[in-house]
Amino acid sequence: MKDHTRISEIRADLESGVVTCAELVEGYLDRIDAQPELNAFLEVWADEAREQARRVDSKVKSGQAGRLAGVVIALKDVLAYEGHKVSASSKILEGFTSIYTGTAVQRLLDEDAILIGRTNCDEFAMGASNENSAYGVVLNAADKSRVPGGSSGGSAVAVQAGLCHASLGTDTGGSIRQPAAFTGLVGMKPTYGLVSRWGLLAYASSFDQIGPITKSVEDNALILEIMAGPDANDSTVSQRPKPHYEVKSADRKFRFGIMQEAVEHPGLDPFIRDSVYKLADQLGADGHEVGFFHFPLLDYMVPAYYILTTAEASSNLSRYSGLMYGYRSPDAHDLESTYIYSRTQGFGQEVKRRIMLGTFVLSSDYYDAYYKKGQQVRRIIRQKTEEILGQFDAILLPTTSTPAFRLGEKSKDPVAMYLADLFTVQANLAGNPAISIPWNSTPEGLPTGMQLMCNHFEEQKLYELAKTLEKYK
Amino acid sequence: MRSGTHSVSLPGIAQDSFHYPMNNTEFEAVIGLEIHVQLLTASKAFSSDSAEYGGLPNTQISAISLGHPGTLPRHNKSAVEMAVKMGLALHCDIRKYNSYSRKNYFYADLPKGYQITQFDTPLCNNGYVPIRLKDGTRKQIGLIRIHMEEDTGKSMHDQDLTDTLVDYNRAGTPLIEIVSEPEIRTGDEAYAFVTEIRRLVRYLGICDGNMEEGSLRCDANISVRPRGTTTFGTKVEVKNMNSISNVKRAIDFEIARQTELILSGGTVVGETRGFNALAGTTFSMRRKELVNDYRYFPEPDLPPLILTDQQIEAVKHLMPELPDALYARFTEQYGLSEYDAGVLVDDKHTALYYENLVRHTSNYKAAANWVSVAIRGYLNEQAMGMEDFSLQPEKIADIIHLIDKGVLSHSAAVQKLFPAMVQDPAVSAEEWVQKLNLVQNTDNDFIEKLADEVLASMPEKVAEYRNGKTGLLGLFVGEVMKLSKGKAEPRKTNEVIRRKLDA
Repeated sequence: MKDHTRISEIRADLESGVVTCAELVEGYLDRIDAQPELNAFLEVWADEAREQARRVDSKVKSGQAGRLAGVVIALKDVLAYEGHKVSASSKILEGFTSIYTGTAVQRLLDEDAILIGRTNCDEFAMGASNENSAYGVVLNAADKSRVPGGSSGGSAVAVQAGLCHASLGTDTGGSIRQPAAFTGLVGMKPTYGLVSRWGLLAYASSFDQIGPITKSVEDNALILEIMAGPDANDSTVSQRPKPHYEVKSADRKFRFGIMQEAVEHPGLDPFIRDSVYKLADQLGADGHEVGFFHFPLLDYMVPAYYILTTAEASSNLSRYSGLMYGYRSPDAHDLESTYIYSRTQGFGQEVKRRIMLGTFVLSSDYYDAYYKKGQQVRRIIRQKTEEILGQFDAILLPTTSTPAFRLGEKSKDPVAMYLADLFTVQANLAGNPAISIPWNSTPEGLPTGMQLMCNHFEEQKLYELAKTLEKYK
Repeated sequence: MRSGTHSVSLPGIAQDSFHYPMNNTEFEAVIGLEIHVQLLTASKAFSSDSAEYGGLPNTQISAISLGHPGTLPRHNKSAVEMAVKMGLALHCDIRKYNSYSRKNYFYADLPKGYQITQFDTPLCNNGYVPIRLKDGTRKQIGLIRIHMEEDTGKSMHDQDLTDTLVDYNRAGTPLIEIVSEPEIRTGDEAYAFVTEIRRLVRYLGICDGNMEEGSLRCDANISVRPRGTTTFGTKVEVKNMNSISNVKRAIDFEIARQTELILSGGTVVGETRGFNALAGTTFSMRRKELVNDYRYFPEPDLPPLILTDQQIEAVKHLMPELPDALYARFTEQYGLSEYDAGVLVDDKHTALYYENLVRHTSNYKAAANWVSVAIRGYLNEQAMGMEDFSLQPEKIADIIHLIDKGVLSHSAAVQKLFPAMVQDPAVSAEEWVQKLNLVQNTDNDFIEKLADEVLASMPEKVAEYRNGKTGLLGLFVGEVMKLSKGKAEPRKTNEVIRRKLDA
């Protein structure tokens, strides 16, 4: 099977008859069957994908195919799709089928995308290694003893291992960018409010965004522009008109800002640090402006992020009660025992930890000390980020402090795991768009990612920059 | 902080009252009311589900109101507009920057596990409700706030032997909650307060005000303290009062219960109590110590709702004339008595009918009487509301006009003509008067003849009259009227009889 790196190539091959959607789908299905140990998919919609492929093939013939014709896409298991199971990789949603389709998914379908299945992830998107899934770990295809990152680990590995052409992930604190970096892919966390969250099973409502994980910047931009734009179902979506992205390397010179505290962070892998310095030198040599800035708030970001996201999560996850849908404990015998046993048995350890933490920080005795303070820190981070992006076109920083770590390496130490989000949470706290692009490989052959962050709604610039940076890899 | 004898958060009246001579301490009640008003919007507060009352259980639901994963709320503009109307009607300050909060708790009728409400930025602050008691006393009860929120589903504990059934039709319907200052002192004042709220919501058309169906719900916070003191006693919240008179009954009972408890050396416990309407008593439901920490925090799924001066101004223009303004106009413009005006403005449809009626007649007083006596009497008999009354105001004006011209007597009009016109309004008032033979006779000969007949038939009474018992005049007039079958014009008859007797 030919591996298409661009949607435009698929399109060309479909139109010239070199390949059909049906053949593409069979190819992916074969590969999924061949690598079950990756555990990227929780469910494969094989028959449906075949049927959709036939439908799109005939549309291609009649010249009516949409912009995603032949593009086989996997959905992270937190996206509602009518008539399909969605579980957030949690036992608590056992047996639950969505009765509606979320906006982002619907917009892909409207452009003739072929949805091939739902991918494994950390339970309720809470995690940085995909080890928190109720349905088992996902293996990094670059090194099967290592994690793929998380929470969108299954979505990343599905693309990495060629099990689909692209996938959707969600990013609350790095859940698209970090696995994209660990698997050598392009992962975009759009501006908060660019893509409707209607149909996204909420983890932390004021942080969550849906974004694409792809092999190329071009594909990423196309999928994002199709999903983006106003939606009456989500009042937090911006009313800006639907965007259109032109992805090409720019001739002009840019100003890149590098956070001193990030590159000097003791936890940063030396290889990755050197890559950043090397890139800075190259950019400078080519006439781009590279400046270092101070951001003393770096160490406050992860704590503020965990206070605020767990607070929202503790409320968002209250609906999973064992009453109306999903898992109900066989030990339930009245209302209270239904809540207690269903939630105790239905949620995994990490989810319960975060619900407890969030409940604590919102409790009336601790609200001011934690939640309110967290909000204040968030406001300051937002202001400072805006100030810095007033001086630079983009903030340049590594996506992760290390390459993919070993399975089990951090799973016993939540704080170490939380620090995996060190360089990614800023974009979610401040609402800015950030992209991780595949950068290089460590001597052990592990992929790394380079991250760029721009002002709100500057996705166009971000894609342009990502494209410009490609020649420095 | 809460336990021990030196309670700070609950200044126990019982402890204080040890210092008072118990037997002759007079107590006063401190009452604050919380009124939930279900808004008459077509759709729910944060979804497009129908918000209509009375649908079959669980037919007006959707992924949003059932709190399905991935769903999000949406503002309902008309709910906001209705809430602003109520705020303006109660003289409140309207907040321009509004945010929503989540109130978190677990219950079967709360699908999301939280209720979207307003916590620290209620839409309305301050304001007051003017009340008028039966003895004519007036008082203003201050308001703390009015805020918007969504309703829960309805748990039904009595529909099944073993299980509680839940109807989610109500889940997500828009409410406003009106919170009064603790300035109410008696059950009567509470009665007047809720009555006024109900009258206003009906005038504004934002709620049907039906307490039995629960579209208007009232909770009362009640405490008592020795008169003259300023600290608050331990308060008790009473719920489940499904009529305005039950609000009064529950409060009266609770005041007596708490007072007696203290006088007998007991302590009032901070708790929630229910009201048993049959027995007229309150009963303990749950202790306040067990109450939830609701973990309020800003609702991240809804951006702040920002109102402009222009929007608030626009809502003002949509408001109907309210009872106080109508009352002022009815007394000033139409010269009605305070009593007549009060009766008319009590109900929006009655006031509107009167307004329409006086477009067709300038006999304002007669018009007021017709509306508040004849028409309302008829409607009460039929168990109908003014909004169901089909006879056009013009027709009533025609009747008044015929009376004023002396064509028929008032009593004939009320007893004969009015019921006939209600039966068949297609026939004009004049035609009915002819048909029913109601034209009163002012012809002297006719009346003289009848008067002679009557006086001749009761010589003893005539003698008594002539001996000074002049009060018998009415008897003779009445007899003449009877003989004439109501057609003798009363004033004329009076004249004729007096002349004959005095002759």
